Amino acid sequence: MPPPFSWIVAIARFLYEFIVGDDWTVAAAIAIGLILSAVLNVNHIAAWWLIPVIVVVMLGISLRRASPR
Amino acid sequence: MTGLWAVLITTFLASAVEAIEMVTIVVGVGATRGWRSTLIGAASGFGVLAVVVVVLGAALSRVPIGPLRLIVGALLLTFGLQWFRKGIMRVAARGLAGIGGHDPTETAEWTEPGMDWTAWFLAFKGVVLEGLEVAFIVVTFGAGANNFAGAVVGGVGAVIIVGGIGLALHQSVRRIPRSLLQLIVGVLLSTFGTFWAIEGLGIDWPGGDAAIPGLLILYVATALTYITLERNRALGLRPAA
Repeated sequence: MPPPFSWIVAIARFLYEFIVGDDWTVAAAIAIGLILSAVLNVNHIAAWWLIPVIVVVMLGISLRRASPR
Repeated sequence: MTGLWAVLITTFLASAVEAIEMVTIVVGVGATRGWRSTLIGAASGFGVLAVVVVVLGAALSRVPIGPLRLIVGALLLTFGLQWFRKGIMRVAARGLAGIGGHDPTETAEWTEPGMDWTAWFLAFKGVVLEGLEVAFIVVTFGAGANNFAGAVVGGVGAVIIVGGIGLALHQSVRRIPRSLLQLIVGVLLSTFGTFWAIEGLGIDWPGGDAAIPGLLILYVATALTYITLERNRALGLRPAA
């Protein structure tokens, strides 16, 4: 693939690996959590707790999925 | 003279908090992924920072830091969680193998001739965001006290002193087994990422910056719990009903 297409593909691949990695559900849950936090904040509801809860829960789910059965 | 010392000490202490976050990220990433790309990333961050400070000067305080905190925080959090998870799995599988010797099964740090862009990107982001926060502190305190010289000395002094401490400690950090180091850095990146992303949304943390140790304790407890569960699962043990 000639440049600059090869560069675009390389950058896109790097960003995917960096942000999503090998479990896309964790990144998706964080993105949804941030949107929900913003919505709660706009409605004057305390939202600082939501992302830490999502981190703890999603880590457990992701670890369970990755563990050999 | 009292005013000079007051602004210098206040700026130094406020900047030191930001500098600790910056140096923690750079030392953690350098020890885990290798120093070359990490230090080039940090130097690139300082370069960008210098250009921004020179171009904007006192107008720096009008730059909206919220969106920057949200983007950098979200990226650090999603990446940090990958290391957090891998660190738990590796420590659960091998314990603290590597202490006092090299664990041959552990992933080696980046040794290829090219740039390790992951290390570069992490160090760059940490330096730019935290460096900008130090610059904001300097501009705000300097303008408030009408003493930019004292504020600049306090801010730059904090970065140099905390950076020197990080440099002095980096040999000790190298002795930590890579699996445990990956877990520690994953926990730290997730902590800072959570804190900055939520702050970037304009949400106040209870206790302000004091929420960072609270988050750290929560994530360390989470890591210890999941390591125990993973070990029990590997041994075929199940929690009592």
